[in-house]
Amino acid sequence: MNNLLFSNIGRFFGLVLVQVLICNQMNFLGHLNPFIYVLFVLLYPVGSNRLQFMFWSFTLGIIIDYFLDTGGAHAAACVTIAYIRPFFLKFAFGAAYEYQAIKFGQTEFFPRLTYFGFLIVIHQILLFSLLFFDRYKIDLIMSNALSSSLFTLFLTLVLSALFSSKKS
Amino acid sequence: MQQLLNFIFKNRSFLLFLVLFGASLTLIIRSHDYHKSQFLGSANQITGSIHHLFSSIGDYFNLKEQNAILFEENNRLKQLELNSLTPTPLPLNTGHQYKLTPALVIKNSYKSPQNYLTINKGNRDNIKAEFGVVTPNGIVGVIDKTSSKYARVVSVLNAKSKINAKLKQSNHFGTLEWNGKSSNTVQLYDIQDLVNFSVGDTIVTSGYSMIFPENIPIGTVSSYRLNDTKDLYIIDVKLFNDMSNLKHIHVIENLDLKELESLNSNNE
Repeated sequence: MNNLLFSNIGRFFGLVLVQVLICNQMNFLGHLNPFIYVLFVLLYPVGSNRLQFMFWSFTLGIIIDYFLDTGGAHAAACVTIAYIRPFFLKFAFGAAYEYQAIKFGQTEFFPRLTYFGFLIVIHQILLFSLLFFDRYKIDLIMSNALSSSLFTLFLTLVLSALFSSKKS
Repeated sequence: MQQLLNFIFKNRSFLLFLVLFGASLTLIIRSHDYHKSQFLGSANQITGSIHHLFSSIGDYFNLKEQNAILFEENNRLKQLELNSLTPTPLPLNTGHQYKLTPALVIKNSYKSPQNYLTINKGNRDNIKAEFGVVTPNGIVGVIDKTSSKYARVVSVLNAKSKINAKLKQSNHFGTLEWNGKSSNTVQLYDIQDLVNFSVGDTIVTSGYSMIFPENIPIGTVSSYRLNDTKDLYIIDVKLFNDMSNLKHIHVIENLDLKELESLNSNNE
């Protein structure tokens, strides 16, 4: 349990620094930056206290907002996906989720893809709507959100595969 | 009462979600309002010093490029000096209306809908809100927050940014804003449809705003169209500055600002 706590704290700060100092300087194809910090929300242990989980997701978002001068857009998007996460866990993993026996490192690829995909797309659409905050720019919002979702999804899948524990 | 407590307990995660979401929305709305946002954002000491530390490492990677830019600027100044009639260059920062302070950009963004830069000078160096920021090529933005060591600049690539600009040839002025689409094009609004100009004309600052001196270059006209009511032009301006590659910048302080402000407040 302690080990889990430490790996979560490490992930929290590690992801903030990687996001702010590396991912936001990437500008892949001129304008794409992945938002890999959502990995914290995606990989938070299943079955832990839901209120605490939402609170930490909010804190993560606020810290990212501070670094990137975005007001509270990241916090709002983070707390939303944290709140709706159980629904998508059930949708993607089905029975395994019911018994609270998910270890993300050991899940099949396709359930993980759907789970990551849905939450990331929702996160990005919400994030860009709040960043632009202008209903006349819906085309810009959608194109930005979808392209950066794809990039984020790819990187989060690769990273979660790289860092998942091999032990079964 | 019991029922109410039960209701709160049952829906506690939804209620917490609403509270946290509401809090973030408030922060967003405040950040969109120019004067209400109290948070320093990236100019804050902690975030500022982290950005500073890592930008000082990253700087080594484009030293050559930045050197070339500075060398070019030196060359231009040398040329001015040799070709000017006064034999010695005027002493800087004395008896002038504007005072320049050099600074380095430690965090830059140009692709988000609201772009801000963070620079490594703050209150300690007499940098305050509402000072203009320029490079030798043209304008960058206006400072909006300062901490003791850092300051945050509202880039021209920010929907909040409104800068007074004019056509260099004819002195017709309008407002420079950004529609959020391209990171090297901004829009000049409110130029009347009677005005003659063409693609390639230069846009400079008007000097009416008290922040920037007159005739600081901004960019060139790349295209134009009439607005919905067909009486004013919307002009796309291609920036002289490469906003993705900013390092050495100058902060402009208008030393006559207080005097000008008191003059304006007397008028009202």
